[in-house]
Amino acid sequence: MSPAEHALKHPEIWRRHSPRQTLFRYIWYVGVVFVVAWSVRSLDLPWEYFEDAGEQAMDLFTRMVPPDWDVLGAVIDALIETIHIATLGTIVTVFIAFPIAFLSARNTTINRTTWVIGRFILVASRSVNTVVWALLFVAIFGPGPVAGVWAIAFRSIGFMGKLVAEAIEEIDEGTVEAIEATGASRLQVLWIGILPQVLPVIYGTTVYRWDINIRESTVLGFVGAGGIGILLYSTMNLFRWEQVSVLLVAIFAVVVVSEFVSAAVRSRIT
Amino acid sequence: MSSPADSQNPERLEWHTIKLIENPVYRYGLLGLVLVYLFWSVGSLEVDWVRAARGIPRAGDMLSRMFPPNFDRWELLSRELLVSVQMAFAASLFGMILAVPLGLCAASNLAPRPVYLVARFIIILSRTFHEIIWAIFFVKIVGFGPLAGVLTLIIASVSFISKMLAEDIENMPPGQMEAIRATGASYMKFLVYCITPQALPRYLGVSIYRLDANIRHSTVVGIVGGGGIGQVLAASFKRYDYDFSLAILLTIIALVFLGEIFSNWARSRLR
Repeated sequence: MSPAEHALKHPEIWRRHSPRQTLFRYIWYVGVVFVVAWSVRSLDLPWEYFEDAGEQAMDLFTRMVPPDWDVLGAVIDALIETIHIATLGTIVTVFIAFPIAFLSARNTTINRTTWVIGRFILVASRSVNTVVWALLFVAIFGPGPVAGVWAIAFRSIGFMGKLVAEAIEEIDEGTVEAIEATGASRLQVLWIGILPQVLPVIYGTTVYRWDINIRESTVLGFVGAGGIGILLYSTMNLFRWEQVSVLLVAIFAVVVVSEFVSAAVRSRIT
Repeated sequence: MSSPADSQNPERLEWHTIKLIENPVYRYGLLGLVLVYLFWSVGSLEVDWVRAARGIPRAGDMLSRMFPPNFDRWELLSRELLVSVQMAFAASLFGMILAVPLGLCAASNLAPRPVYLVARFIIILSRTFHEIIWAIFFVKIVGFGPLAGVLTLIIASVSFISKMLAEDIENMPPGQMEAIRATGASYMKFLVYCITPQALPRYLGVSIYRLDANIRHSTVVGIVGGGGIGQVLAASFKRYDYDFSLAILLTIIALVFLGEIFSNWARSRLR
């Protein structure tokens, strides 16, 4: 090897990437910046609104303090309804998501068509946001908590179904074979061979989803589906900012507490 | 293992599946509590059962009016969908950039205690409130339109990415940090040569995941006036244009599905 070749192959200064890699990396950077620049340009954002945004925010803040604690009673009633919506929605979800999870797991589905149907239900459920589901159910059941419960349930089916289906696909097949060898029926195999193996995952995801649902159900009221959102929306529209701050504090407290409870329960199960 | 007392008692030998809560008193007690809760919660919800019961035939009526989906106004649909996607792109990049300082401040092994507490509080505060609540506030501050939507998505992205970044930094082994500090590196050099190489892959992965999440969320901020396809969807529901609503919903599902595929592909390339 001539000194020149050697210098080319083993340069004095060590570099992590080859020139080719570096080039591709910069192409990626430029591409990302270009896409974002194009997005921002064509969104045509009204930047002049930013000039007084600080003032507006300060104005809003000064109106929000001091909070008007007199509304606390009504707020607590609305919070209890919010928690009910989240909890009932989660309970409904467990019963619907469970059979769909079995359809969507490769090892328990009946045939290819049922698998595709199961997967489609899960994807569709997850793609539509809770608030959009709420729009739909408010149109069906009329405004109120019933629409909220169904909205929460329909959004959570995809989440829980996906996680449980993944757990079913990862079970120990030995147990299933052993139960089958005793001459158990299909249902008995499900009940004794598979269910106990995925039960911890079911409990875990249920509690996890419940905590997400508490957060989601705080805004269902904006489209009329019950809970504290109704109160929040109406007080905002009436510009009662000193009451809005009480609502925000209440939402903050309940979401933080539910997150804490859910984390504590999950750490005990798994 | 069975004790001698068990083998003398034939009933105790009967096999049963393993229960999560072994003690039957607690197990059935918990079940009873759940039932009591169900009665209480269903009873205390102010439900207009007559109105809700009428919902079932209404659902059938609505479904029949939804089919077939109406794609006649595809120009409006694709234009607003593009706005939603652009909002997601813009919010993801700004969120990625803003998340770096916040994430560094929220890592307990890098930041001084007061800075850490403030940063953590900001993250918790922005995560606690749902995107829709943020969106309403931004609509009040900067008016209707995509700007409010972008700001909302930026808040959501920053809190998510910075939380992940801070956790990643906190899990880093202290060895490399000590080694770089021992060379007398300045804080900037420390960030570039110690933190960046270790945190970059996961940071990029989380950011790509967030892009996918932003695409999903950009479809709803419009419902409260944040621009994009959500606004068209809410309007179509208000006008009982259910066939157009279904067309919008199907498009959103397709978009979210594509976003998920892209995000999975990009993240698998990173590894």
